[in-house]
Amino acid sequence: MTWLNEKERRIAGFAAIAFGVVALLPLVDQGYYLSISVNIVMYVVLCTAWTLFSGPTHYISLATAAFFGIGTYTVALGIDTVPFPLLLVIAALASGLLACVVGIATLRLSGIYFVIFTLGLAELVRQVVTWLQTNFSSSLGLYVFTDFGEKHIYWMLLGLAAIVYITGWLINRSRLGFAMQIIGNDETVAKHVGIDTARAKVILFIISGAFIGIVGAILAPRFSYVQPPSAFNPMISFQVVIMALLGGTKRIWGPLLGVIPFTILFDQVTAYFPNHTSFVIGIAFMAIVYLLPQGVLGRLEDLGRLRKRFRMVSAEEGNNP
Amino acid sequence: MSVIISGLLLGGTYALIAVGLTMQYGVSRIMNLANGENLVFACFIAFWLFTTFAINPIVGIVLIVPLAFVLNWLIYTYAMRPLVDRAKNRGQLEVDSILATFGLLFILQGIMKLTFGGGYFNYNFLAVPVTIMGSNYGLNRIVAFIAAAIIAGALYLFLNHTRYGTAIRAVAVDPVSAGLVAINVPRASAFAFALGGALTAASGALLSTFYTFNADMGIIFTMKALIIVIMGGVGDVRGAVLAALLLGLAETAVATFIDPGLTIAATYALFMLVLLFRPQGIFGKRPS
Amino acid sequence: MSAAILSLDHATKAFGGLIAVNDLSFSLQDGELLGLIGPNGSGKTTVLNLISGALKPTSGSISLGGSEIAGQPAHKIARLGIARTFQLVRILPSLTAEQNVVAGGVFGHVRGWGVEAHERARALLERVGLGGRGDSPTSSMTYIDQKRLELARALAANPQVLLLDEWLAGLNPSELKIGIDLIRELRNDGISIIMVEHVMDAIRSLCDRCVVMSSGLKIADGDVHRVLADPEVIRAYLGDDHA
Repeated sequence: MTWLNEKERRIAGFAAIAFGVVALLPLVDQGYYLSISVNIVMYVVLCTAWTLFSGPTHYISLATAAFFGIGTYTVALGIDTVPFPLLLVIAALASGLLACVVGIATLRLSGIYFVIFTLGLAELVRQVVTWLQTNFSSSLGLYVFTDFGEKHIYWMLLGLAAIVYITGWLINRSRLGFAMQIIGNDETVAKHVGIDTARAKVILFIISGAFIGIVGAILAPRFSYVQPPSAFNPMISFQVVIMALLGGTKRIWGPLLGVIPFTILFDQVTAYFPNHTSFVIGIAFMAIVYLLPQGVLGRLEDLGRLRKRFRMVSAEEGNNP
Repeated sequence: MSVIISGLLLGGTYALIAVGLTMQYGVSRIMNLANGENLVFACFIAFWLFTTFAINPIVGIVLIVPLAFVLNWLIYTYAMRPLVDRAKNRGQLEVDSILATFGLLFILQGIMKLTFGGGYFNYNFLAVPVTIMGSNYGLNRIVAFIAAAIIAGALYLFLNHTRYGTAIRAVAVDPVSAGLVAINVPRASAFAFALGGALTAASGALLSTFYTFNADMGIIFTMKALIIVIMGGVGDVRGAVLAALLLGLAETAVATFIDPGLTIAATYALFMLVLLFRPQGIFGKRPS
Repeated sequence: MSAAILSLDHATKAFGGLIAVNDLSFSLQDGELLGLIGPNGSGKTTVLNLISGALKPTSGSISLGGSEIAGQPAHKIARLGIARTFQLVRILPSLTAEQNVVAGGVFGHVRGWGVEAHERARALLERVGLGGRGDSPTSSMTYIDQKRLELARALAANPQVLLLDEWLAGLNPSELKIGIDLIRELRNDGISIIMVEHVMDAIRSLCDRCVVMSSGLKIADGDVHRVLADPEVIRAYLGDDHA
């Protein structure tokens, strides 16, 4: 492994151990803790995949629910005839295709068009699916019967999380990642150094969308009965935006810092104050804009810089008694 | 024929919502995604005034509009102005305002759900049929259309034939230069934001006379308004009116001939066409 | 006479009713340093924007080494070998100085990557006078250093044609001297350059030939000293009284 330096090898080793430990959870608990951990890992993958695209471009994507729903529907439609691993591939291709179409239509234009378009995308796909089902099929819902339990979903999501992190890390080292960094700095310069900015954005949006589609597919067995409103739940899109931005999108592990606290908080609020969930979402958005514009990650980095400066100052004072 | 007339009647109300949004985005540079909640809030107030105090919604507008104006002025001053001041460029302001107004959206939605519950609401006001060219239309729809037309006309006169209206249009074109010719840009922005909110609230009050509403539906209206604004060209009142009528027609046609469940799909089809072929809006000049 | 590497043929750009560039034709010879001058608002930067693909011409043709490039997107033109700097210096603030330079030689005319690209970037930093400053954050750089950095980024593409948009503007007298020397070295290396400039001393001492624009039209084209003595050119700059 000559292409990893000392520091990278240490991080990789640490991450592998962390994943191994986390993967042991179902052996300890199969109830509440596993269930909330499935939620956490699900949002970790969704938010990290979201950040792959929205982090460097600053385009707020609300298309998560659409990709997720497409993944779920792929499994619901094919579970009786197609092997599950193949369904995951189809889910990735289908949501990647949707991302490609949306990207080509909107990413040439300014960010505002993109947000507006993705805002209604889940609703659009939901309407089309509902219409197709009412007109061309007998029932509104689909049953998904599998042998998968909560723990299998958990392990699959963990595996996917590892793949997303590795993909993100590889992208960051690649020309594409460098191109995105330049685009994030100054799109005009990017064009004049030869970057096809629209193409780079579309590619990244496809990768991000495909991962989100796979999450939807893995989660399908959990629904057991899939209906358009539950598969294309627009709240998923908003929650992903909140958690990713709350954590911070400058680094690939940033969203993790938002996902864990927010998933737990939201779970508690849903359980004890079910009528107040809108307030939590609303206040979270406000908090991101007014208190944590760079996310928890940004605050941590500020703190790190402060400590460094403090150490330097105290070292100087030590030298000059 | 009846599709065309129903479409136009619906489009009239859409036009007012979109004009409200285009004032907020085109002049104040705030993409207000809570605009639909503003509208639904007005629906609820009109409903409450009518059912509790038997106040005619058309009269209710006289109460609702100043209230919405003041509320939106406060929102601009205390929530949006700090974002305008700290933004380094327009892109950052867009992202910040989108996120902040999402926050506003959910908080307003939460308040409405707690106060009125999650059910569907409507009330009977002027629900008498009127026959135009052999088909029946609710009188309330026609009254709402006429009221919307009067309000939009008044706005047009204000913007194009008064001194302050000209100042607001100047801010829409270029806030920096407007400041150089001694226009108080922060005040004009706050005014335009408040006026936009008031217009949207007026359309909400009108809409409530013939439309069944609930606390969750604001976002659908925001989306339609956004699409209208983009189709018409940002900041272009005339374009917004035309785009709104087009959208009303398209939706009514799809609901009548294909399936009422596909109205959003129809809206999006139109939107997609505009984005692909005329991203600068129907009347917009090609950006250079 | 050597062959023209870049030529504009009746290029026109209109913004609505305003014609910013009006039926402009000129060519750049291989290895030549051409000055593009004219009063403010005469359309010089628009010409650079047309050549580099930031704007599409309304009509007319622009060709690079014989093939048509008018109306092509900026990234394609960059890949064909046209590099530029900007009137208001554009640095990539979150990247280090070295990465800023690498950015110019990865996606365009030169498509380097990895160690080799970084070595080239360090050599270019050395060449523009920023040797050893590769790791420094760009935000703390002085204005001339940012301009040097931008030039190094453009050079990283090993361009066939380099477009300098008022690269010398805003420099103090001693910086100006350094800047002029640097451009002279580039010319001696054989790079074909078009420089839009207001600093007449620089034009006089550097350029072989210059094109003068006024209100979108070309009013003179030829040897620098002869052109600058042309009464019409003086009138365009200073008004009728001085002609």
